[in-house]
Amino acid sequence: MQLTIWTYEGPPHVGAMRIAASMKDLHYVLHAPQGDTYADLLFTMIERRKSRPPVTYSTFQARDLGSDTAEIFKRTCRDAVERFKPQAVLVGASCTAELIQDDPGGLAKTLELGIPVIPLELPSYQKKENWGAAETFYQLVRGFAGGRTPEPKEEGAPKSCNILGPTSLGFRNRDDIVEVKKLLAALGVEVNVCAPLGASPADLTRLPNADFNIVLYPEIADTAARWLEREFKQPSVRTVPIGIGATQEFIREVADLAGVDPALALPLEAEEERFSWYSRSIDSNYLTGKRVFIYGDATHAVAAARVAEKELGFKVCGLGTYSREFARDVRAAAKEYGVEPLITDDHLEIEDAIIAAQPELVLGTQMERHVAKRLRIPCAVISSPIHVQDFPARYSPQMGFEGANVLFDSWVHPLTMGLEEHLLTMFRDDFEFRDDAQASHLAAIGGGAESAAPMEEVEEAPAEEKPVVEGELSWANDAEKELKKIPFFVRGKARRNTEAFAAQQGLALITVETLYDAKAHFAR
Amino acid sequence: MSAPDLKSAACGSSPAAPLRERGQHEVFCGLTSIIWLHRKMQDAFFLIVGSRTCAHLMQSAAGVMIFAEPRFGTAIIEERDLAGMADMNDELDSVVDRLLARRPDIKMLVLVGSCPSEVIKLDLDRAAQRLNKVHAPDRRVLSYSGSGIETTFTQGEDNFLTALVRDMPVKSETAPASLLVVGAMADVVEDQFERIFRSLGIENVAFLPARRSTELASIGPDTRYILAQPYLGTTVTELERRGAQRIEAPMPLGEEGTTLWLRAVADTFGVPAEKFDAITGPGRERARKALTHYREHLEGRRIFLFPDSQLEPAIARFLHRETGAEIVEVGTPFLHRRITQPEFDLLPDSVGVSEGQDVDKQIERCRAANPDLIVCGMGLGNPFEAEGRATKWSIELVFSPIHGYEQAGDLAELFARPLSRRAVLEVAV
Repeated sequence: MQLTIWTYEGPPHVGAMRIAASMKDLHYVLHAPQGDTYADLLFTMIERRKSRPPVTYSTFQARDLGSDTAEIFKRTCRDAVERFKPQAVLVGASCTAELIQDDPGGLAKTLELGIPVIPLELPSYQKKENWGAAETFYQLVRGFAGGRTPEPKEEGAPKSCNILGPTSLGFRNRDDIVEVKKLLAALGVEVNVCAPLGASPADLTRLPNADFNIVLYPEIADTAARWLEREFKQPSVRTVPIGIGATQEFIREVADLAGVDPALALPLEAEEERFSWYSRSIDSNYLTGKRVFIYGDATHAVAAARVAEKELGFKVCGLGTYSREFARDVRAAAKEYGVEPLITDDHLEIEDAIIAAQPELVLGTQMERHVAKRLRIPCAVISSPIHVQDFPARYSPQMGFEGANVLFDSWVHPLTMGLEEHLLTMFRDDFEFRDDAQASHLAAIGGGAESAAPMEEVEEAPAEEKPVVEGELSWANDAEKELKKIPFFVRGKARRNTEAFAAQQGLALITVETLYDAKAHFAR
Repeated sequence: MSAPDLKSAACGSSPAAPLRERGQHEVFCGLTSIIWLHRKMQDAFFLIVGSRTCAHLMQSAAGVMIFAEPRFGTAIIEERDLAGMADMNDELDSVVDRLLARRPDIKMLVLVGSCPSEVIKLDLDRAAQRLNKVHAPDRRVLSYSGSGIETTFTQGEDNFLTALVRDMPVKSETAPASLLVVGAMADVVEDQFERIFRSLGIENVAFLPARRSTELASIGPDTRYILAQPYLGTTVTELERRGAQRIEAPMPLGEEGTTLWLRAVADTFGVPAEKFDAITGPGRERARKALTHYREHLEGRRIFLFPDSQLEPAIARFLHRETGAEIVEVGTPFLHRRITQPEFDLLPDSVGVSEGQDVDKQIERCRAANPDLIVCGMGLGNPFEAEGRATKWSIELVFSPIHGYEQAGDLAELFARPLSRRAVLEVAV
């Protein structure tokens, strides 16, 4: 039994719902009690979907248990197929129905519905949302593409690929598809099928016709792509084109598989890409070495770390994910950036890690946004689980060249701007620049009750005026006062460094001199 | 059932002969009540014993993480618990220990049963007894079920209040007659009612749930109680088992509802009519005045209510009587005859009434009736709006202060806003 306050992923049947809701002409009949219909609002409210997701629930009640829950499921399934007339139907159980073991797959088969039935076995007490989505997508791909022979291609016909992985409720997937298609068009590569988002079961039967697959979002598409690799010898492009370097690598990989010149994408790059110049322009100098804490699903976390460290000149001071299935990728990246990987979905542990890392920017999910808001650290959201704000009205991809431009804006704008930062440091006692005053451009975001607990509260720093005794060490009043002039987000570190330095030097009293000696000692 | 049958059923149903439906219920389960209960009772923690689905529901329904660390959480049952590799009671005890160690401010821990815990027959009543031996009297442990197989949305509060009533101390026989107002309301509304009761000379008033778990009122044959929420059928049974006597009235929604409700209390406590009129006069006047602003938007408008909180009959009565709206169908997840009768007494027999739900059929009925405003849950709102239909989220009816004179205008405004907004917008779907 695990105590959970907030979760990063829903149960696996919600993952299956995301696949069903992504596709056309597919329906999901879910054996579930009343109340499980809450999941509909993820789609209708968060994504502002205009139609109900294609899911029908059996809604059994306590009084049905042990008598006719199986009959209720059969009736629900038959009625749903009759009403919605899908090409195929997914059937499965939510956590409660899993316990009563009615076997929705077996029951649906007895109904002779006249359409393919894909039974889903999603163990609710072991697995989570992304796994459920990946498994559902794999079962669909296998069910519809299995046993097909690729159609022969004309000599000299352009190469084609499948785009695998974008889903409903995926982070910016809607716009990422457009960017990726732009890159493919520039290279003269045709898109055979894009799935699950926008595909029908019939479209899945055409998957084998492509020359290769693009695994846009491994959390969802990896299982299916590996099966397609084995079954149809379709190679996979696994670089996720988030950031400039990754986008260029993606172009080279695609060009290589398609046998075309990667330079075909150069005009697009020249026309659209502003990130590199913005990052090199002098205003961006102040970005150098900014400490950034990154947490999200594995794909977005690893991509963000690369962009942050190698393309914006930040310093990654924390990297973590809730995607245990892809923990290896995150561990490898963490090693590269010299930080401890944080593989957990315990939000309290992540909050502690953020506090300990003392970042100047947090890139995370909505949950880390709340933490950062409380600690008054600038933050940008880079990953699911998502919020209605993560479906902006404007075009806002993460992938490709335009995606990189979006990353620049959305990660850099929350930061204190160059000159403003200098002024804050120089005139720390200005009444408007106090530690507890929000940077002017953040006024709309900050304030209110949620920012009531500033960073200092979590420091071990005690009250003003009286000298502080810590073991043998104590701080002189003027040193303590001088310490307060250091920006709060690095103050804890400065305190620790100074104390370590003083201990090393065998000093008992920390003076202003000691503080600056320590600063010189630890200068980077 | 074919289409013509559906239509005749919708037209043919009435308060006396409601349409009873069983199919897909597009409603929340009882766990969702925790979203307001944990704000209402500020020293209680609600620990759901359930699945990842329960945790996900709570965070989705609560509008994705509005509170940094809320006073609710989920003990998620895992495979090893089900496989018998771990003793579930030991596991629960250790979760509770960790939780209480983290939250010394918590004075009452409420174990909340869910669908999975009910299906595997995990006995949370016994768990609560066991935990009380360790933690009481400093911290009390209570349990109730909010499972979807037994409860719909507000029935979670019903079960919680039932558990609280069981826990209420016995009132001493010499204590004077007292009034118990039952059903969670906004604090500001409680304060307003308390002032009115005091002015009427009714001094011994308690509210259930109280704001702190330590302020639980005592109960006995001299306790008169009145419901402030209609979804409390089980609580009513328990209150009466404890000897309390019910004051019957419509719900205190709108000027008329509030007056009838207050008058029922005043009559029970022997308040003279002139005094009652003098005390309630200004509130009634303000409520009537506030309502006139919204009447123009709602008069003659046809309104269809989907089942949600069981507040629907009372809301329909308010809309019909005080804003001049026409009620097409009152859907309610459960029709408690005795509690809703005072509402239906004030509604015409032509009002369609349905109990339970078959959501696809109800949507078809609604489209066929083509109402001016649809009151429905969040899963249905945007799809209806995309069809060009005006909707009102029913969840706001349990999340906003709507009771009493000072909120009568606000209540009408909730329904007028979608309509006035449509009048303002020059963009179309």
